Amino acid sequence: MGNAYVPGLKVLEHTTLHLERRLPLKGRVEVRLGDRVTHDQIVARTELPGRVEMINVAARLGIDAADVPAHMLCQSGDSVQQGQEIARSHGFFGLFKDSLTAPISGTLESVSSVSGQAVLRAPAHTVSITAYVDGEVSEILGDEGVIVTAGGALVQGIFGVGGESAGPLRCLASDPEAVLLPEQLLPEHRGCIVVGGSLVTLPVLRRAVELGINGLVVGGIDDGVLRDFLGYDLGVAVTGSEDLGLTLIITEGFGPIAMAQRTFGLLKKHEGDLASISGATQIRAGVIRPEIVIPCDAPAGEEGGGSAEPELAVGTLVRLIREPHFGALARVRSLPIDLAEIPTGAKVRVAEVELLDGSSLRIPGANLEIIAE
Amino acid sequence: METPHSIIATDCGSTTTKAILIEEHGGEYRLVARGEAPTTVEAPAEDVTLGVRNAIAELSELIGRPLLDSQRSIIKPYDGRQGVDMYLSTSSAGGGLQMVVAGVVRQMSAASAQKAALGAGAVVMEAFAANDRRLPHEKTELIRHLRPDMVLLAGGIDGGTKKHVIELAQLFAAADARPRLGSSYLLPIIYAGNAEARDEVREILQDKVALEIVDNLRPTLEAENLRPARMKIQEQFLEHVMAHAPGYPNLIAMADRPIMPTPAAVGAIIQRIAAKYKANVVGIDIGGATTDVFSVFSGVYNRTVSANYGMSYSISNVLSEAGVDNVKRWVPFDIADNALRNSLKNKMIRPTSIPYTKEDLQLEQALCREALRLSFEQHCLLATGLKGVQKQADIGAMFDQDGGEGSLVDLLALDMIIGSGGVLSHAPKREQAALMMLDAFLPEGVTRLAVDSIFMMPQLGVLGEVYPDIATAVFEKDCLVALGTSVAPVGPGKAGRTVLTGKIGDEHVDLKYGELKLLPLEDGKTAYAELQPARGLDVGAGRGRLWKGELSGGCVGILLDGRGRRPFGWASAPEQRLDQVRRWAEAAKA
Repeated sequence: MGNAYVPGLKVLEHTTLHLERRLPLKGRVEVRLGDRVTHDQIVARTELPGRVEMINVAARLGIDAADVPAHMLCQSGDSVQQGQEIARSHGFFGLFKDSLTAPISGTLESVSSVSGQAVLRAPAHTVSITAYVDGEVSEILGDEGVIVTAGGALVQGIFGVGGESAGPLRCLASDPEAVLLPEQLLPEHRGCIVVGGSLVTLPVLRRAVELGINGLVVGGIDDGVLRDFLGYDLGVAVTGSEDLGLTLIITEGFGPIAMAQRTFGLLKKHEGDLASISGATQIRAGVIRPEIVIPCDAPAGEEGGGSAEPELAVGTLVRLIREPHFGALARVRSLPIDLAEIPTGAKVRVAEVELLDGSSLRIPGANLEIIAE
Repeated sequence: METPHSIIATDCGSTTTKAILIEEHGGEYRLVARGEAPTTVEAPAEDVTLGVRNAIAELSELIGRPLLDSQRSIIKPYDGRQGVDMYLSTSSAGGGLQMVVAGVVRQMSAASAQKAALGAGAVVMEAFAANDRRLPHEKTELIRHLRPDMVLLAGGIDGGTKKHVIELAQLFAAADARPRLGSSYLLPIIYAGNAEARDEVREILQDKVALEIVDNLRPTLEAENLRPARMKIQEQFLEHVMAHAPGYPNLIAMADRPIMPTPAAVGAIIQRIAAKYKANVVGIDIGGATTDVFSVFSGVYNRTVSANYGMSYSISNVLSEAGVDNVKRWVPFDIADNALRNSLKNKMIRPTSIPYTKEDLQLEQALCREALRLSFEQHCLLATGLKGVQKQADIGAMFDQDGGEGSLVDLLALDMIIGSGGVLSHAPKREQAALMMLDAFLPEGVTRLAVDSIFMMPQLGVLGEVYPDIATAVFEKDCLVALGTSVAPVGPGKAGRTVLTGKIGDEHVDLKYGELKLLPLEDGKTAYAELQPARGLDVGAGRGRLWKGELSGGCVGILLDGRGRRPFGWASAPEQRLDQVRRWAEAAKA
């Protein structure tokens, strides 16, 4: 069936990650090849050009645009301080002079005799990026950043909000179906990444922010709760820059949905370990999913893997990602070539799958997610 | 130039690359086969030609003839056993062409610049104007943040004041923005403003950007001259944007003609059809992320793109913009708000999944109606006459609130709507596609409805640039699926009252307000009709006047729509609405 299915989200016990840490503009790399770095260590920084103020000198001094250069008290390229006089009219017989002061500190970039405008630019400000995970610098990307390589467990969520964060994992749900309660969150969880079960509610989110919890990882969320937490209705799934006080990662989808057993088990196994998380999601071309990275050594005899995309084949373990069996696990029994009619009346390529209870179904390939085993 | 026997055309979309094979048999060009493969512009492949070759390989398997050699190059020419004579392509992969436009006055030169960019197939990320009330530093920061592929800068009539357009040039110089596809080349800016400001604009911008200068797109208040800017945009699209996209230099080398942006190609074929039939046409292509609307009214072409209305990636944005109630009104079963929201959000996060249950399908089709409606409303707002034109006022004009600046879209004068995109082209029943279009556009009077059978308008658009007759022939025979004709009287009505009487062929018509009726009339057949709207209602010949003419059939038939226009006759109570929606679906056999 080629690629007519949804590649599964990665839930890997151990893999080698090569994380690109790139600046928005060229800048300066602060680490060297082979350096060991910690998640909060700055690896590169750059200066972003300062904001621009355009001053209509001609209008402010009541002169022609062509006369503006002659009335400037400083030249292009000069540094100016806020409040410094930068232009002055000659006035009437030397009287009634008007003057113009710089609204910001910065550099005079240009003066135009056509538009009568002067362009002032504020000083650049510094932007830096951290390593995000504990690892090693394996490549320097010119003046733009580095690749940090780290070995560890990787869990991809389906959707998230909030940026990068880190903290020790605390699994508070007793099982994947459990619904997290506000009273389960305690002051001692400050700075932690808390793992819940099937659903997160608004009181839990609010309490987590109040306590300074760094991140929450749960199976599902009601869309109405997400809207109330964000303060707006999310239109397009491009997230990661929200300033919410914590990072939220949803592993399964919208509505109460038990966290996949495998995901829950892996997170529970790493109870107390340091995890780096990112809620950044981009469901567009160049898809980005939220992730939980737990740096650790490879278990004995297990190589880092997960790079090859698994193919849908007879025997593949899959998850159904559309109603009426949303979330159910099944195994592919056959992949018929002919199109089959589904309950909507559409004729599509299907896979015959057997649910764990032994019943069998014909499900469109597009509605199957491969579970890496 | 010898006419080719065999032509492959591909459309490289964001997710799928679609290839079609067109061949001449017995003096007639027809679609032979269609193949597709995932687009490979993203990592790990990062070479768009890989997906193109995979799609062509599928074509080759389907027809049982080699089309690629051992190096996976297209075999040319066709020698009777293998290969093809020509290869063409369009592309919207990697987000298509993303532009920022700027003009001095928002409703005048900025609006004209927007039209030029949209007509060239771009997504307009932002339109700046000297009078848009944002502060300069806000604008420069936004320009830098947006990182467009290209900028179109306009403003001022030739010989008019230069000051404002020069200020805009300074704004772009100050922003020092980088193009989307990398920092290794300069941002292309096309200047199409006041010709007398060219020297100053050149002085301000030439060292900072890749500046191109073309004729003013608004040389006088009364005239638009969009063609030079459009042509330059498409040229720059190839030279700058595509040349930096993964694998595109190879694709450009593979193709026998320049690669066209997908929407520009669709617009080209729609204009060709409108010209051939001297018809007013609206075309709509609803995708996963965006919806394009094209219209030709009295020969004037307009295109808009609703960047965040679509059926998968943007499904949640449609819900957010339309509101839950507006989506829910089209759902023929009871559903709680929360369940509806969760269901549509789950589609957003798993955009390639498809409805499995009937209810799931009905929910997506309800959402589709709102996506189409919102996109069409945006189109009507943007497809206007020129603003700022000085007119001699006469008594008539003084009473004419429209003043010639209103929307060019006139539903009563609209002859045909062509729908495209998966949700319409692949609806399990054609009746469902017809009803979705009817509900979303609310066509007035007599309007033909059609869908693009397998979404091949882009390929036919680029083919039409070289062989217009072949493209038109294939479009009519293999692309367009005639659904039928909608007949909808316009004007107020009351439940149970007759709104339309008359004859269609041998059938007597007696349509009541609130009713939807379907009369079968096969594709390729027409029926002579005489239709008398009730007093005060208009079916295309004027209020209360008899309409006579031929109605075209299709795989659905003639849809007599007495549900009301201006306003549409919704019941006020939710349970009655539910009943209405069920009755309409039943009547249309959807």
